[in-house]
Amino acid sequence: MPFFLAALGIFALSALACLVPSLLRPSKQSAHLANVLGLLGTLAGSVCGLLALFWPGQPPLASFQAQLGLPFGTFSLALDGTSRIFLVPVFGLGLLCAIQGFLSLRHERPSQHNLGVHWLFYLLLLLGLTLVLSARDIVLFLISWEIMSLAPFFLIDFNDSDSRVRDASWVYLVAAHLGAVALLAFFVLFWQCTGSLSWQTPVTNLTETQRTLLFVLALAGFGAKAGLAPMHIWLPEAHPAAPSHVSALLSGAMINAGLYGIIRTVSLLSPKGIPPEWWGWLILLLGLGTALMGILKALAQSNVKRLLAYSSVENMGIMTMGLGCAMIGQSLGNGWMALAGLAACLMHMLNHATFKGLLFLAAGEVLHATGTVNMAQLGGLAKKMPVLAACFATGCAAIACLPPFNGFTGELTLALSLLDGSSLASTERQMALLLSFAALCAISGLALTLYAKAYGMVFLGSARSGFAENVHQKSWHGIWPLMVLALGCLALGLLARFVFLGTGMAAAELFPMQTLTGFSQARTSLDQSLTTVAAISGCVLLATALLVALRKHTLHRRGIRFMPTWACGYQRGTSRIEYTDASFTEPLARVLSPLMGQKVSISQEPGLFPRYSQLLVKAPDRLRRYVYGPLFAAIESVCNALKIFQHGKIHLYILYILATVVGLLIWGLV
Amino acid sequence: MFLNICLYLLVLSNFLLLGTARVVQMTKYTALQGFLLAILLFHFGHTVLTVAVLLIKGLVLPGLLWRTLKKMPSEALICPHRLVAIDVIAGMAGLAFAIWLDGRLGSDLTHNLFPELFLPLGLTTLFCGLILIIGRVKAITQVIGYLAAENGIFLLGMPLMTQGTTWFELALLLDVFVAVFVMGIAINRISDSFASMDVDHFRSLRD
Repeated sequence: MPFFLAALGIFALSALACLVPSLLRPSKQSAHLANVLGLLGTLAGSVCGLLALFWPGQPPLASFQAQLGLPFGTFSLALDGTSRIFLVPVFGLGLLCAIQGFLSLRHERPSQHNLGVHWLFYLLLLLGLTLVLSARDIVLFLISWEIMSLAPFFLIDFNDSDSRVRDASWVYLVAAHLGAVALLAFFVLFWQCTGSLSWQTPVTNLTETQRTLLFVLALAGFGAKAGLAPMHIWLPEAHPAAPSHVSALLSGAMINAGLYGIIRTVSLLSPKGIPPEWWGWLILLLGLGTALMGILKALAQSNVKRLLAYSSVENMGIMTMGLGCAMIGQSLGNGWMALAGLAACLMHMLNHATFKGLLFLAAGEVLHATGTVNMAQLGGLAKKMPVLAACFATGCAAIACLPPFNGFTGELTLALSLLDGSSLASTERQMALLLSFAALCAISGLALTLYAKAYGMVFLGSARSGFAENVHQKSWHGIWPLMVLALGCLALGLLARFVFLGTGMAAAELFPMQTLTGFSQARTSLDQSLTTVAAISGCVLLATALLVALRKHTLHRRGIRFMPTWACGYQRGTSRIEYTDASFTEPLARVLSPLMGQKVSISQEPGLFPRYSQLLVKAPDRLRRYVYGPLFAAIESVCNALKIFQHGKIHLYILYILATVVGLLIWGLV
Repeated sequence: MFLNICLYLLVLSNFLLLGTARVVQMTKYTALQGFLLAILLFHFGHTVLTVAVLLIKGLVLPGLLWRTLKKMPSEALICPHRLVAIDVIAGMAGLAFAIWLDGRLGSDLTHNLFPELFLPLGLTTLFCGLILIIGRVKAITQVIGYLAAENGIFLLGMPLMTQGTTWFELALLLDVFVAVFVMGIAINRISDSFASMDVDHFRSLRD
């Protein structure tokens, strides 16, 4: 715990220290000072935090309590298995993103951006996240939640000269606060119903209605942060607008806080640790819908960062599916499903943090090197930036669930959990879980298509525009945090067994599942499966390395000639006959358009040899256009109608006060 | 008997304030209210406060208002007559409401704490001040309304005064004094910068 408190203190103090350069006159020195202060603060804080998580010989539940100085609420922190697992990406990814941010922000013009302010909010975000994940008091939780929700607004708004960025940051702020409203209602009701401010002890004295209401409110509030459909709309706006190291942190660490909230709420509200069955089905369905929607929308995107944002929605859906599956298993007494489901949820959360962090940082490097992340204008970057291409490819392989990387292990565990649905009591349940398994397979397949497209369009083929031709080169010194993350993807895949055991322990702390049938069997057989997977993966990797070495050795003495890529018999291929991102997706988009509303449009000149033709695949967010847009317009018109009371006549405002006072007096005395 | 005459005169001064359209006349009635308050205080035996109230509410504040009036154009010193009638009717309603409230609040509170008729009088003065603020559109009448409302609060506080609260009341007086002082300066500035002293026109300043 001392290390953990030190981490909190360092984050807070270095955030304050970053105020100093932010107040100085913008110059090269002040920007450099801010950059160094921010990096050092994150470095020291994160290292302390990681030490606090992994220091050997700690009690399973470390806690700390102090007074908050408020009429209610205490500064009560605790670290249990779940908190520790969720904190790993905060410190780990937070540190790597800060290093990458430091490397890329060095070249910003001091007059354009106030880096002191940027680092201040970056550190505040880390502080808020750390507190949220360890707070054990409602008041402290809400305060830290607010810090964590506000800081990204300023981080997203980094390039505030662009109106689209400003728009995106406002969308984020509104979404975050609508979620916070639900959470405020949740916590007030929680406090009223239980009479306690503790966010640690399971509650027992609730009626069925109160429990249901609390669950729905928590799902709305935390779901908005996690990006569960239909509350996901801020993600595809905010992530492309933010600087890449911020998007990586938001996507890899912050949205997990929503998932953490849902898990914690369910574990506290479940009577005797057994959630009602319909909660599990609802969460499974929500997760499934979110994952399908996310992946199908992502397929139609041509902006890499937007694609990654939708993919985050999809991955959040997969994690939620794991949680739902675990809750169903827990309520029906199936230990296999409970353990594998929750472990899969937590494993996928850790895995997602590594590969999504990697992909966002890589997308940021592409943006920095070429000036765009629009796939229609990129291509052929693999030849110019081989290290970056390798990192991106690793991330793509991991997120598309290809072994030996980590994405595979998490989804394998989830699939095994869903597959055990066939042992449940009724046919409907078996059917539903097997259908979910089929949907998970479809999602993974679509993810593979998606990332084949993302990698292919950006890195393979030849340059589609001047953006991709005039590349601003960067050596590996500038992108080594990406290589660390890529190695992390591989390591987590090979060491999945230990990740499973750790997450399994945390899962068993959350719900009393040890006594359920199939629990110990699940632990041993999943452990074995993951070990087998790792062993085969290791062999394949070794074989691949040997083959590559052999190829290099045999080619060493022969002359190698480089020729243009063979393209359908054309000797001189140009970028105009390459696949574009739209043409790559078009067949799928035609099939799936009734489901998710992709629009395919072709415009070309008539005749056999058209000089001009264009194919567009778009996936407009129907939810934003047809639901949220009209809803907010209606709210705005109601608010505007209220302006007849806000007419600017000051003496009539005083009349309102008088009328209210007289009204209250009459009401109180009659 | 003496107390009742004072209270009667105070009610009368309230309606005189509401019933006149001329700002000059209103300033005089404000001074009258200040004198009456001082007499009441003297009756209750608060000598220090009597002197302070007489000085501030009876002389200095009306004097400040008077100074401001002299610098203002003459058309700014007449309120629309239409409003005057409505104000008087509203004042009557306020008086009726105050008497009703006195009855409703129950005899315990009223008789232990307030001398007879004190509570309705204080409330009426307070309401009349607020009606002046709401009903008159000149900036200077807002100040006069504010002063009348403060007199009402002062009247309500008077029975609660013991020796220890003298300093508290003095501090309140100082507060009012500063407020009127600032308002006087603001009104001067407004009349310099804007063509009209009509607060209705301030609405162009809203967001």
